[in-house]
Amino acid sequence: MPIITYREAIRQAIDEEMQRDESVFILGEEVAQYDGAYKVTQGLWKKYGSERVIDTPIVEAGFTGIAIGAAMAGLRPIVEWMTFNFSLLALDQVVNNAAKMLYMSGGQIKVPIVFRGPNGPAEFLSSQHSQAFQSYYAHIPGLKVVAPSTPYDAKGMLKSAIRDDNPVVFLEAELMYAWQGEVPEGEYLLPLNKADIKRQGKDITLITYSKPIKVVQEAARQLEKEGISSEIIDLRSLRPIDEETLYASVRKTNRCVVCDESWPVASVGSHVAWLISKNCFDDLDAPVELVCSEDVPMPYNHTLELAVQPSVEKVVAAARKVLYL
Amino acid sequence: MKSSSLSSYPIDFLKKLLKDMLLIRRFEEKCGQMYGLQKIGGFCHLYIGQEAVAVGSIAALDLNRDYCLTAYRDHGHALACGLCPNGLMAELFGKATGCSRGKGGSMHMFDITKGMYGGNGIVGAQIPIATGMAMRFRYKKEKGVVLCFFGDGAIHQGVFHESLNLAKLWKLPIVYICENNQYGMGTDFHRVSAVEDLSIKGAAYNIPGKQVNGMDVLEVYEEVLSAVNQAKEEGIPTLIEAKTYRYKGHSMSDPGKYRSKEELESYKQQDPILILKNQMVDAKILTEEEYQSYDEECKNISNESVRFAEQSPEPSLSSLYEDVLA
Ligand SMILES: Cc1ncc(C[n+]2csc(CCOP(=O)(O)OP(=O)(O)O)c2C)c(N)n1
Ligand SMILES: [Mg+2]
Repeated sequence: MPIITYREAIRQAIDEEMQRDESVFILGEEVAQYDGAYKVTQGLWKKYGSERVIDTPIVEAGFTGIAIGAAMAGLRPIVEWMTFNFSLLALDQVVNNAAKMLYMSGGQIKVPIVFRGPNGPAEFLSSQHSQAFQSYYAHIPGLKVVAPSTPYDAKGMLKSAIRDDNPVVFLEAELMYAWQGEVPEGEYLLPLNKADIKRQGKDITLITYSKPIKVVQEAARQLEKEGISSEIIDLRSLRPIDEETLYASVRKTNRCVVCDESWPVASVGSHVAWLISKNCFDDLDAPVELVCSEDVPMPYNHTLELAVQPSVEKVVAAARKVLYL
Repeated sequence: MKSSSLSSYPIDFLKKLLKDMLLIRRFEEKCGQMYGLQKIGGFCHLYIGQEAVAVGSIAALDLNRDYCLTAYRDHGHALACGLCPNGLMAELFGKATGCSRGKGGSMHMFDITKGMYGGNGIVGAQIPIATGMAMRFRYKKEKGVVLCFFGDGAIHQGVFHESLNLAKLWKLPIVYICENNQYGMGTDFHRVSAVEDLSIKGAAYNIPGKQVNGMDVLEVYEEVLSAVNQAKEEGIPTLIEAKTYRYKGHSMSDPGKYRSKEELESYKQQDPILILKNQMVDAKILTEEEYQSYDEECKNISNESVRFAEQSPEPSLSSLYEDVLA
């Protein structure tokens, strides 16, 4: 099977879907002539031209709203936000229009649109440019929210997202774009509502999604050296959450750590920890632990910024705690 | 501008403008080097080529009272406001002695004792907050003004229009300075603007607009000064479009392939530092030797800032939770 990067996987998904369906187009800042700020859309402008790969001015509220309108009128836009930090300017359009249109029109108006781009901290970017905003979107009924962690998942889920008749928020990460993984040649689609067991284990369930998956995988390797067998669940979908897969695992292991790189208050991670605490109460041998970012804006200084985020040490420590080691 | 009109300025003032521009140039070159050595990380947007805009504009301020706000390309404005180069370099190194205590980095230079209110990373975000700071002067019936800098890319954000409307309606003492360096990241401003003359964008709000040659520090100074006076005396906001150019890529990671070498070279021919230097030499108020000694001085200051930054301590881990709330 070919090995490609996360970036290429997303590009392939966009390319294939644009090829398949003429109503699919992509717009955003620097997506066309510059080949994308993070080179995700490289080559697409050359291939499809300015009608379908569209550079916009720096007007997030405007071009996001315009794309939502285009979707209401039957097109299938992909909105690239240069980063999710800037999606805040467009949040109103997503929350009040994209997410509500079907409901408040009594089922008349569909909004088939994808909002995608890098989310979460990168490096040395300080407070305004290093934020994980998934909870903002996961909070909103009327949206689907996904955050795949491998090239394989990213491609299959992005293709499904583009074909979906609902607004889908698709979260990537700058530091994940160069990650590599196997992706089959032929076409495949993956569901938007299923978690994936990335590692089988029996002693403890580690739940995460998106970029922290590598931190959690490394933690699992370290725990293994101590004879502890970890099961890793990658949520993949943040709305809806595939509860059954989580519960089945925790009912087996009886212990759980959730790792989420966003802030602790009202996050996807804290929500998942609550779901498990409530629904697996009788099966748990210890309270669920949450490893998340420190509850502060991101500082520029590199030592501090690393200290803010989930780490292998923090995940291992949380695991040892729920194992009473 | 003809060199004869130089005579209307005190020589010391002209020398200060020249030195301020030269310091920005040398400091930014040093930043580029330090970035290459990975002493500085993340986004680092150099101001080289645009020096006349910040220096000429900020020379019209009373920094004990007035405010300056800009975007992430902020080292030049910070230096022009008189921030200490040591504190800036230390900030770039993420040190505790940095002007934002190592928490802000390149995009977030602050020193409120010098009127410098940042350093904003969100394109256009400083426009409404600068407008709000101007509200203070009107509210307190004080004579003061806000300079709000932003790029040709930022001018299309909705908040620009919302702010100008209110500034006019509420008679706020503010000067909006659009630094049109021709590109927003890789995008030629012509490709994203329905109009070519950005200074007319105030017209919908009955705000006077003016284009100035942003490579000519005295022209910038004169136009901004007159706008500052109008703002302070009559509460009339102004929009100035300073036509300028950045010599380097958008940030350190941008190779700048979207523009030609010839274009870059042609702007370097109108270099803001050389323009003023040549005018002063022609007017016999500056010698080549003096210029060289200023240049040496600016290089030394920049080198010293690196030494200071290197030797400064990292912020302590406990500072993580400091300043989250007042
Ligand atoms: C709201 C928002 N959208 C996008 C970005 C990414 N971005 C940073 S700088 C920039 C270009 C801005 O160009 P311009 O306003 O002309 O300023 P210049 O960089 O030329 O000084 C973009 C798109 C951002 N920082 N904020
Ligand atoms: Mg620009």
